[in-house]
Amino acid sequence: MQRFILRRLAQSVLLLFVLALIVFALARVSGNPADLLLREDATQEDRAHLLRALGLDRPVHEQLYLFISGAVRGDLGESIRYRKPATEVFFERLPNTLRLLPLAMVGALALAIPLGVLAAVYRGTIVDRVSGAIAVLGIATPSFWLGIVLIYIFSIKLGLLPSSRMGGPSHYVLPTITLGLFLVAGMMRLVRSSLLEVMGSEFVKLARLKGLSQTVVIWKHCLRNALIPVTTLFGVYFALLITGAIVTETVFAWPGVGRLTYEAVIFRDYPLLQAVILLKAIIVLGVNLGVDIVYAYLDPRVRYA
Amino acid sequence: MARVEERIDAGFASTTTDASDHPRPRGDLARLPWVSFVIIAVMVLVAVLAPLIAPHSPTEQSLPDKLLPPAWEAGGSTKHLLGTDVLGRDLLSRLFYGARVSLIVAAVALLAGGGIGLIVGIVSGYLGGRTDSFLMRAVDATLTFPTILIALLLAVSLGPGLRTIAIAITVLIWARFARVVRGEVLAVKARDFVALARVHGCSHLRIMAVHIVPNVLNTFMVLLTLHIGFVIIVEASLSFLGAGIPPPTPSWGQMVSDGRSHIASAWWLSVVPGAAIMLVVLAFNLFGDWLRDWLDPRLRQV
Amino acid sequence: MGTDPAVVLEVRGLRAYLYTRWGVVRAVDGVSFALREGETLGLVGESGCGKTMTGLSIVRLLPEPAGRIVEGQVLLEGEDLVTKSEAEMRRVRGRRVSMILQDPQTSLNPVFTIGDQILEALRLHHPDGESSLAARAEEALRRVKVAAPEQRMRAYPHQMSGGMKQRVVGAIAVAGEPLVLIADEPTTALDVTIQLQYLALLKEIQARTRLAMLFITHDFGIVARMCDRVAVMYAGRIVETGPTRALFRAPRHPYTEALMASVPRMEGSVARLPSIEGQPPPLHDLPTGCRFADRCAYVDDRCRREYPPTMPVGPAHEAACWRIEPSPPSR
Repeated sequence: MQRFILRRLAQSVLLLFVLALIVFALARVSGNPADLLLREDATQEDRAHLLRALGLDRPVHEQLYLFISGAVRGDLGESIRYRKPATEVFFERLPNTLRLLPLAMVGALALAIPLGVLAAVYRGTIVDRVSGAIAVLGIATPSFWLGIVLIYIFSIKLGLLPSSRMGGPSHYVLPTITLGLFLVAGMMRLVRSSLLEVMGSEFVKLARLKGLSQTVVIWKHCLRNALIPVTTLFGVYFALLITGAIVTETVFAWPGVGRLTYEAVIFRDYPLLQAVILLKAIIVLGVNLGVDIVYAYLDPRVRYA
Repeated sequence: MARVEERIDAGFASTTTDASDHPRPRGDLARLPWVSFVIIAVMVLVAVLAPLIAPHSPTEQSLPDKLLPPAWEAGGSTKHLLGTDVLGRDLLSRLFYGARVSLIVAAVALLAGGGIGLIVGIVSGYLGGRTDSFLMRAVDATLTFPTILIALLLAVSLGPGLRTIAIAITVLIWARFARVVRGEVLAVKARDFVALARVHGCSHLRIMAVHIVPNVLNTFMVLLTLHIGFVIIVEASLSFLGAGIPPPTPSWGQMVSDGRSHIASAWWLSVVPGAAIMLVVLAFNLFGDWLRDWLDPRLRQV
Repeated sequence: MGTDPAVVLEVRGLRAYLYTRWGVVRAVDGVSFALREGETLGLVGESGCGKTMTGLSIVRLLPEPAGRIVEGQVLLEGEDLVTKSEAEMRRVRGRRVSMILQDPQTSLNPVFTIGDQILEALRLHHPDGESSLAARAEEALRRVKVAAPEQRMRAYPHQMSGGMKQRVVGAIAVAGEPLVLIADEPTTALDVTIQLQYLALLKEIQARTRLAMLFITHDFGIVARMCDRVAVMYAGRIVETGPTRALFRAPRHPYTEALMASVPRMEGSVARLPSIEGQPPPLHDLPTGCRFADRCAYVDDRCRREYPPTMPVGPAHEAACWRIEPSPPSR
């Protein structure tokens, strides 16, 4: 078990290193990174000064060393727009996103699991078809558009809910729905198909043969097995939420790291963007590692492997 | 309650007896996704014929006509069937040209990303061993990582444009293709004709090209179709975030984004192009599902 | 012992169909037999002939929503199980009728310990306290000859061998002290030596509890070893029933005969059903006449027109074939 965790940790660090290399290389592929950092009204002298200050006049391998050693110390450069260290900006915004993500995740699970179970249990009936249609529609609906439509209906036409920014509980409703629905369709299909698979297995027959009721069999014997693929995908869902938050936070002007990503893109703030990406990567990889450990707990076959 | 119990009981099923033991009925005309076909055909026609059928230029501004509502709303005119945007550009014409952008991006990105995925999948599955485990590690890494962040990074460092977005989407999808194709190659490789070809002295390259590729082509086609909708949504999202095709070229995602600040006064600016995205993606997904069931039911899990 | 032991389970004219999108599959199409206390009846036939569906019909666990019992009675001590509600059936399963499934690898839930899964069965049948239940569970494991039951209780299925798992399944099946045990090819997935041990174990349990056993198999070696009587099933129907010895010595249905002809030895061997020329008719498109007609060496016009009636051919021995004369043959 420990060796398993250590190996996964080493893999994550390696992946992070590769990502850092990509970030490093992309900044140089389109010319000198200094040009990405300079403001439009900068003079030739400013440029030369910056080159020296950032060590960009040195050979590439030294630059790489500077970049990596800086990154390890948590120094990912200074945001052009905010004029302070990019990591600092990121961690100021992170709590706002962390308030939104769990709500969306829990909301999505709370909707997807019962719907998936119903669809599987009532397979082939109208219930199954309706939830299938919801899933197909959910996958086809761009979430940025869904957010805008929700704002139009609930904020503008009905005046029921606030359309943007953070605030009281009512401010969470629309962003949570928009971000959560992003996941529901896929989760629901997964719960349905894995539950159907489990329901066809022999141990379900044996459980019924003991005299257990169908309800007990589904909720006790089937669901735990059927949720194993859902938990293994938790890391994927988390990554999806992190990226989904970019669009959702942009639509709802939510001051989290998703909105920050958007700002970094439209203001072409390369140092901020590279910091956001590397830090998000660390978070996503960390969550994936955690998921593997929880998975090992849930499925005894992995635990003792 | 007894009924409920009965209904719950109805789910107790072993799929082995009622479905998979029997051959699937194929090519049933009534099951063809006609609605999807029509939507896709309309989109393709509109995209190809945009210069001929668009009532206005998609980029021509006319400030006196700005923010006109669609024809059916009060104040709308038949001159601009879907109304105009904040710069007085005709929404319908922009929608037509936007279809072009969506299709071109989808085609380029799918050919690039799918092609790379196909090659990696074939090489990985066919050669096996260390090459395989290395490539599959890379695939796993790509799949667990939020690759759209790299797409955004590309947009900023390379500058937005068709090339950037094609590279970005390639990065996003190649791994999905590689994984499925590899699985398929493993199955094909185990068949006798491959061994026979080896016995006859065929080179690896020739075996891959002549024996493996044709056998994974069905799967590849299904994957391509299933990913069209995904790619259109990704392109729209990138455009929405300002990392897609740069203006003034109209693209649907960017149109939704532009209309966002006028949602209170001119809802159609965002709602109409967004609805177009949804409809088209829905059509392509349903079509892809149908094609998969028809060509290759084993792919259902994908 | 003047009188025969009481009939515990009687199946009368049972029809169970599967309604699939390719048509109605008549998996069990008019099956009748009786099972007495302490007796083992072998249900033999090629795969896909409806043996398993017969077993599942008795416990009313046909694959849903496709499977349905359309006709017939399943009388357990005179009570018809077919008309029982689902809630009533739950009290029958495990307590009065149990079943052992074919594949031990998948019969146990991978996420619960062996102990949990045995306790679950015991809890339903014995409403006494948890502590005495644990003792009962260990006792159940000991009875199926699982070594170190205290430790095994905490093990997960994947930590056990196939033979061991099937023993656990057996322990679960008899935990409720049922009257009838349906064993659906319980040893098919096991190694030959493990098979023999398992069969001996089942016999031992039966001798102790006077269980009536319906033994579903396609293996004539097992039939010879285990069964008092045999029912040969073909395409949804029983074509011949009789005491094992009589049926082995003088099979009367051409299908049984064909099966016998290609079994080299019966005692101790693990002879599988041999292949007979041709295929059984598809169960969703059955002929009106005898279902074996297309593969039968003695086929004539009447065979193709009409299904033959079941005729007595000896003591407790009957078969359904037009070649059998109405009166018992004088031999």
